[in-house]
Amino acid sequence: MELARIEKLVEKYDNAETTIKEEEILRDYFLSNNVAPHLEEYQMMFTYFQTSKDETTYNKTLEFKPKRKRNYKWLSVAASVVLLFSVYMGIPEGSTEINSLSQLTPEQRFHYDQAEKALKMLSGSLKKGNEAVGNLYAYEDSVNKIFKTK
Amino acid sequence: MNQSDFLKVVLPFKDKVFRLAKRLLVSTEEAEDATQELLFKLWRSKEKLSDYRNVEAFAMTMTKNYCYDRLKSKQASNLTLVHSNYKEKDTGLDKQVEHRDTVNQVHKLIEKLPEQQKVIIQLRDIEQYDFDEICKMVDMKPTAVRVALSRARKTIRQELIKQHNYGVS
Repeated sequence: MELARIEKLVEKYDNAETTIKEEEILRDYFLSNNVAPHLEEYQMMFTYFQTSKDETTYNKTLEFKPKRKRNYKWLSVAASVVLLFSVYMGIPEGSTEINSLSQLTPEQRFHYDQAEKALKMLSGSLKKGNEAVGNLYAYEDSVNKIFKTK
Repeated sequence: MNQSDFLKVVLPFKDKVFRLAKRLLVSTEEAEDATQELLFKLWRSKEKLSDYRNVEAFAMTMTKNYCYDRLKSKQASNLTLVHSNYKEKDTGLDKQVEHRDTVNQVHKLIEKLPEQQKVIIQLRDIEQYDFDEICKMVDMKPTAVRVALSRARKTIRQELIKQHNYGVS
């Protein structure tokens, strides 16, 4: 390889204008043993590039476990079965609807009355509590009147 | 994609990934961890791999980003990576013994370069990717890549000349 051509390529190389092929020519030249003394630095660089490529390799073995594919088809079948079952259970057995009190059997009537009584007792107690709170307000009003805080 | 298909895709560039990681992270162990992490990431997304036009470029970009992340987290925890476990592996060739000193010199000089230039010189001068691929990997414009590469090459050469002439001129 004539030196003039190499020098031209080296200049291009410095400006990062060389193509991969031209860099290969340079590499071949600089890895050979007869390099012009004023281009020694390039020889060092190319030697380094070459050796670091050759010497550094990744040789660890890794274990790759194949991902197990779940079969979602059967999952959907199971889900639809559960859904159907729950809908079936949700429908009351005696499907006749009750609209008025007169349609109740005596036993049902008895339970209804009991529940009503209990609810009335509860609301009565709540009312009492409310009245007591009302007294508190009256107390506060009179206190304010006496001390004229506002 | 089964295991052998995956290996066919990954094997050709696993060393390149490792070398780039080592260039950035310096220590061999860190680089090995990074490579392993990257391969696992690829394995996990193996179904999507065929959608990428260039898996290798994609992997190199991932490596670069992963290493940057590692470096950032190292700096945040105030740990500096010291290059104490850098070893030249003996291959027993006369030529390599002869060049060991210069090889080390160049290695140290590249280490001093900014991250970006390090990546680019690794991709171009060591792995010999062409410019289009490098642009994709580092997400830069071609002119910016050329400028960075040119700067890196010139810096290395200048430093080598300086060291060479030390005490002479």
